[in-house]
Amino acid sequence: MIRATLKSLLARKLRLILSGLAVVLGVMFVSGAFVLTDTLGRTFDAIFADAYEGVDVNVAAKPKIAVSEMEGEQTAAPFPAATVDKVRAVPGVAEATGVVAADGARLIGSNGKAVASFGPPQLGENWTGTSEQLQLNQGHEPRADDEIVINQGLATAGKVKLGDRVGVLTPLEPKQEFTIVGIFGYSGGRDSIGGSNEIMFTTPTAQRLMLGQPNTFNSVTVKAAGGVTDESLRDAVAGAVGDGYVVKTGEQLSTEAAQGFKEALSFFNRILLGFAAVALLVGTFLILNTFSIIVAQRTRELALMRAVGASRRQMIGSVVLEAIAVGLIASVFGLAAGVGVGALLAWAFGNLAGGLTLAGIGVPAAAVIGAFSVGLVITVVAALLPALRASRIPPIAAMQDVATPDRPLTRITVSGALVTAVGAALLFLGLSGNAGGNGLAIILGGVLFTFIGVALLTPLISRPVVALLGAIFAWSVPGKLGRLNSGRNPRRTAITAAALMVGIALVTGVTVILDSAKGSISALAKDTIKAELVIAGSQNGPRPPSFDPAVLDKAAAIPGVQLVDGEYGDMAVVNGERTWVAASSDVAALERIFGAKATAGDISRLGPEQMLFSSDTAKSRGVSVGTRVTVQLSRGEARTYTVSGIYQGSQLTNPVVLPPQAARDFAIPQPVQGFVQLAPGTRVTDVQPQVERLLADSPEVSVADRDAFIKQQTGSLDGLLTMIQILLALAIVIAVLGIVNTLALSVLERTRELGLLRAIGLRRAQTMRMITVEAVVISVFGALLGVVVGSGLGAAVVRALKKEGINDLILPWGQMGVMLGLAAIVGVVAAVLPAIRAARINVLGAIAHE
Amino acid sequence: MTATVGRQAQAAARASDVWKVYGSGEAQVSALRGVTCEFERGRFTAIMGPSGSGKSTLMHCLAGLDSVTQGSVMIGDTTVTGLGDAGLTKLRRDKVGFIFQQFNLLPTLTAQENILLPLSIAGRKPDPAWYDIVIDTVGLRDRLGHRPAQLSGGQQQRVACARALVSRPEVIFADEPTGNLDSRSGAEVLNFLRNSVREHGQTIVMVTHDPTAAAYADRVVFLADGQIVSELIEPTADTVLDTMKKLDTPAEVNGR
Repeated sequence: MIRATLKSLLARKLRLILSGLAVVLGVMFVSGAFVLTDTLGRTFDAIFADAYEGVDVNVAAKPKIAVSEMEGEQTAAPFPAATVDKVRAVPGVAEATGVVAADGARLIGSNGKAVASFGPPQLGENWTGTSEQLQLNQGHEPRADDEIVINQGLATAGKVKLGDRVGVLTPLEPKQEFTIVGIFGYSGGRDSIGGSNEIMFTTPTAQRLMLGQPNTFNSVTVKAAGGVTDESLRDAVAGAVGDGYVVKTGEQLSTEAAQGFKEALSFFNRILLGFAAVALLVGTFLILNTFSIIVAQRTRELALMRAVGASRRQMIGSVVLEAIAVGLIASVFGLAAGVGVGALLAWAFGNLAGGLTLAGIGVPAAAVIGAFSVGLVITVVAALLPALRASRIPPIAAMQDVATPDRPLTRITVSGALVTAVGAALLFLGLSGNAGGNGLAIILGGVLFTFIGVALLTPLISRPVVALLGAIFAWSVPGKLGRLNSGRNPRRTAITAAALMVGIALVTGVTVILDSAKGSISALAKDTIKAELVIAGSQNGPRPPSFDPAVLDKAAAIPGVQLVDGEYGDMAVVNGERTWVAASSDVAALERIFGAKATAGDISRLGPEQMLFSSDTAKSRGVSVGTRVTVQLSRGEARTYTVSGIYQGSQLTNPVVLPPQAARDFAIPQPVQGFVQLAPGTRVTDVQPQVERLLADSPEVSVADRDAFIKQQTGSLDGLLTMIQILLALAIVIAVLGIVNTLALSVLERTRELGLLRAIGLRRAQTMRMITVEAVVISVFGALLGVVVGSGLGAAVVRALKKEGINDLILPWGQMGVMLGLAAIVGVVAAVLPAIRAARINVLGAIAHE
Repeated sequence: MTATVGRQAQAAARASDVWKVYGSGEAQVSALRGVTCEFERGRFTAIMGPSGSGKSTLMHCLAGLDSVTQGSVMIGDTTVTGLGDAGLTKLRRDKVGFIFQQFNLLPTLTAQENILLPLSIAGRKPDPAWYDIVIDTVGLRDRLGHRPAQLSGGQQQRVACARALVSRPEVIFADEPTGNLDSRSGAEVLNFLRNSVREHGQTIVMVTHDPTAAAYADRVVFLADGQIVSELIEPTADTVLDTMKKLDTPAEVNGR
């Protein structure tokens, strides 16, 4: 029995390849995700192990606000230089070095723009000498306050060289000029550690620019004397410096830092696995269809098996065995492809992050286990239904052509309606926000159920819709025949179209959501922001671009400028809870630029000890005018503010506003956005160039009119949309394979019929046209379903997001039209091979074909 | 012949008042109308009748491939009527063999694998001595490694015969076994079937509409309009043809 199954499988290699391809692609995603995260994980292990290699024990002040790796760098907490001496005095310490190292030192490259980072920190440090790892490639250490050394990677990225006079932006001071007196690299010829950009100043300069206080450091690196273990030294140092410090071994630090990155990576992993799930869902449809057709074609063979004594279970076993074989082979190929894709993505990531030295590509056990379990389970699950059908073939079919009656669609339609209803209910529950922490899972479940339900309903829908679509082609005989063919097996047509539906529905749904979000935000911004000019930059890494606050005052002095506001932002702890807080250089902007209305107290003024709350935040935090609130910012000590006003704003206004004086203690103590309101009658074009000149020393930002600013801010959504579309395109590719597969098998099945048509005079070209019409009808039907279902899903999500401020439902009509047009093209392309095959059918052989 | 007489004591297959009705109401068609018939062990019986007489339906019902509307069917001492799928599967494995008009060999398997298919499905090993006898009788020893596509029609049907014989079923049902063969190959297959009855005591029930083929049988049962209308023992092609001619005018036979 097993032998018979395997032999029949091997005899039909093409069938094997086509049905296996879908699994290969899905498995590729799964294993690729694991390979990528494994490789990057080990890469980061190595990077952090390197970074802390010369450190036995590290002392740092407790951070004011804990920041995760995803959110950016920890704001350096300075401590007095005396701590270094205290550490040095601890017995067992061979060497203690005071270190300044903080994020936010940006070199202005030879093109006048700040060298950007896409993730790794941009460190400003004090020069502590060369070591086993750090070597000066050129020049010498910084000796004067206007001398710096930079790492080779930064020199390359900024296209600067030894002796150049360059500008450097630091968090606490405006742009300053330095001479590059040295360029350093790391052992093994590396030009950076993990893509970080490093600028090293003399210690006093580093203290002034990076920490803001002379004679302070933000960490002490300690080397242990011989015979002292890192752990015992750590405990001794911790005892000596007392509370307020975090003392860790170098090993601890590197593991923790790497751990943080791995958590960020697992997010990446989940996204890729999500796309794998989509690909596999589509693949399931494809496999289900392929196996169904195969079972239909082998009816006689299977009936014979039954007649010579095979039991139902053996029939199921035989189909499932075939599925297992396909699943296994596909998993092997998928795993191999996944390793390739994982390596490719890791390489791309490494390049993007500024030239990471990648760890060797490895195949983690999770990739292998994931690949095989997913590949096998999906294939077998998809083959179960056809297997059941195979087991129901009566043995008598071996003797006569049993006319399989057109099974009524009642049962499938009823179950489809039920499943769709369950899907809709889950979506409703998930989107209503009453589902608690499982909201996302429930929404995803709802989407899945909806897809399956609609797929089950498709046979019923297909009859009228396919007839309608086909009517377009009914003017020619081949067109008419093709139309009739696409309607003659509603189940098969339906599943093929449903596979295409999934991909297109997801693309449409995501587009509806993002377009609506974009449209709503733009409309809101246009309605609420009453500033003609906006100063901002585009953010590439975790740190937003910022500019010199002096620009604000100078801009306010330009004739015709009515109001200038600089916006600062930071993550703070407000009454013990992490909260995003903002500060405005001119608090009057809240009313006059952002259109907020006071609901209590006064919001037009703000004393240095006062703060404002939006009404929503005030409600959730239980504060009212007069309440005293404790705020801990990224720097300095916790302070108490009195609530002096509560305002009602839009979704764009900040939840909490602090006085401008507080911005000094923000992680980024410089404004990140500036809004310029002009007096009535002033021409934007008159003022814009003047503001532009003021920004000469702040190359990260530029000034633009409001519309351009809004476009720039929502532009990130476009990038996201493109990325999602590219990934979902794969699901569509799989669905196209499904159409090719269905057509190829249908042509095979109808050999005799095609031969007859040819015998009575259908020309080759007409035969091909007939097949093409069938393909186009199926694919356009699938796209139509996808567009409708996707719009529905997207609209549901948009509705649910109403309270987040997404009020406008924007349906991308143009894109939907493009999808339908593409589907027609896809149909033509998918038909090419099957049509050629049909046209080549030998007339005599086909009629004799048994 | 005395050896076979002893075995005739019990029927290999028996139909008792079998009715088979398709459809309902106006569209109702009775394919079999109260057929009662016995097929003796160790004999070669042919079922004949004009198209639509119900001969194939009778065979399908006897073999348990189709259910009966009324009456009962037995194979050996097993009552077929009322058996579930598991019971029917077991019946097909142990007691019934089939030979088809279309040969129905699996194209991907060699001749030998096709012959052994019923046994391998049942997870049994062939009796080597009997296997040798079967192979020699069908004369295919040098063709065992060939695929069906590499065999002539006659050879394919002989493979199918060997497949039916190898598990030594209680009864073999043959459905127009020579229908797709030229007369020489057909004669070969029929000779072979007759020999397996004479020499090995196999029971065979064959449906055919070819008088020459029917003449190879020990007994011919004639069906018309779903009823048994006549019977011939030790037929010749001529006697069969005569009886058939009479059946072609059903008005006379049925007295309608």
